[in-house]
Amino acid sequence: MFRSLFLIAIVSLLSGCSSGTWGWYVVDPSTPAGQRNLWFLIDGLYYTIALSVTAILISIFLGLIVALPGLARQRPPRMFNRVYVELVRAVPILVLILWVYYGLPQVADISISVFWAGVLALAISDSAFQAEIFRAGIQSIDRGQHEAAHSISLTYADKMRYVILPQAIKRILPALGNQLVYMLKMSSLVSVIGMEELTRRANELVVTEYRPLEIYTVLVLEYLVLILVVSAGVRWLELRLAANDTR
Amino acid sequence: MTLSTPSSSPQPFIQLCNVDKFFGGFQALKDVSLDIQLGQKIVICGPSGSGKSTAIRCINRLEAHDAGTIAIDGVTIDDSAAARAVLRNNVGMVFQQFNLFPHLSILENLTLGPVRARGMAPAAARELAEYYLERVKIPEQINKFPTQLSGGQQQRVAIARALCMEPKIMLFDEPTSALDPEMIAEVLEVIEELAASGMTMICVTHEMGFAGHVADRMVFMDHGRIVEMAPPEQFFSAPESDRCKTFLQQILRN
Repeated sequence: MFRSLFLIAIVSLLSGCSSGTWGWYVVDPSTPAGQRNLWFLIDGLYYTIALSVTAILISIFLGLIVALPGLARQRPPRMFNRVYVELVRAVPILVLILWVYYGLPQVADISISVFWAGVLALAISDSAFQAEIFRAGIQSIDRGQHEAAHSISLTYADKMRYVILPQAIKRILPALGNQLVYMLKMSSLVSVIGMEELTRRANELVVTEYRPLEIYTVLVLEYLVLILVVSAGVRWLELRLAANDTR
Repeated sequence: MTLSTPSSSPQPFIQLCNVDKFFGGFQALKDVSLDIQLGQKIVICGPSGSGKSTAIRCINRLEAHDAGTIAIDGVTIDDSAAARAVLRNNVGMVFQQFNLFPHLSILENLTLGPVRARGMAPAAARELAEYYLERVKIPEQINKFPTQLSGGQQQRVAIARALCMEPKIMLFDEPTSALDPEMIAEVLEVIEELAASGMTMICVTHEMGFAGHVADRMVFMDHGRIVEMAPPEQFFSAPESDRCKTFLQQILRN
């Protein structure tokens, strides 16, 4: 938060000595109206985080389910993996969001909330990438690990759970961190179906206050701070896991 | 091919019968037949690419053979549940590259199989792990991680891990080939003690001194075939085939 305020201070200083197109009063924390607007904007953080975290958890799960058949010896499961990845990867996220929210209820005769439509669309879209990341991660594990697991008679499920995946996940952690950052940013697209997350909040405020420059600048800073915090968290996790062993 | 195997007892514990194995167009095993009784120690040697590793990898189904039959305790080795059960209850393996699980502690490396595959209680598995670590002479390393140990210690942990499954047969695939010279002795010593305790063993190795006093039978393989099979005294003093003579000359010169 300090960092964002600091940046705001710099930007406003710069604007003070130029043409005067800036009007920071709209988010000035020293006035009641500015404070109210600022909180209105920051409040969207809850849904941005809730959307992204729920979606990433589901997409990791889906990705793993899709990745495993891709590693099979037989052709049919590998085909399933290929078709899923290629199909899902080809659909733009925005299109998927619109389709899930407006289209799915008609096809499946269900009503779906804005939140879950957003989560579902983001998760499905991301799952194709997660599947590729998992496949690469699992393939990077030495064949000897599979053979050792076989030699102590572990079942396939036990081998994956206790031997292969713990090592694979450690290796793909940077990539998973990337996906989380990507997800946080892509969640802004869910604003188009009315999800009250950061971007939607900013859009609404712009409509009432007519100060797009300042409000969108705050929005940019909000995402910046959020993502810097997440990146630092992922790096901390990586270091902690790397401390255990190196190989 | 006909090779004289000691045919005293009727039912060999492990039986390889005319086994072929292909990797694409390359034939790694050609008509390999081998009978092993419980308690016997077999040492397989031969030049690299001769099929000796493939032979023992087929025994515990790390590779699927393409023709012929392999049977352990009368059960045919294939992808069936019965074959998996026989392998689980009877066969342990030690690899050239140790293949310890680097993310697990030594204790967890040893107890994973007993707990997950044999359904043992964690406390009992721990006792078992402590017992076998004692036998490979590194009980104090139980809470360390594999990368904190020397190569020789890692291989001894790998032996203990295999023993924790309480197998009747141990397969060793060049257990000392990846070790620094000064660590070979400590690993061979553990394997020799295991042999002395009556364990059935099939060992692929180039350590001929070790082979000489452990093996009941030496098997020499070349180009996927068993070329010669004999008790060690006879094998080392009077090899029959030229290929075997050449191989022994080369390897004993070092």
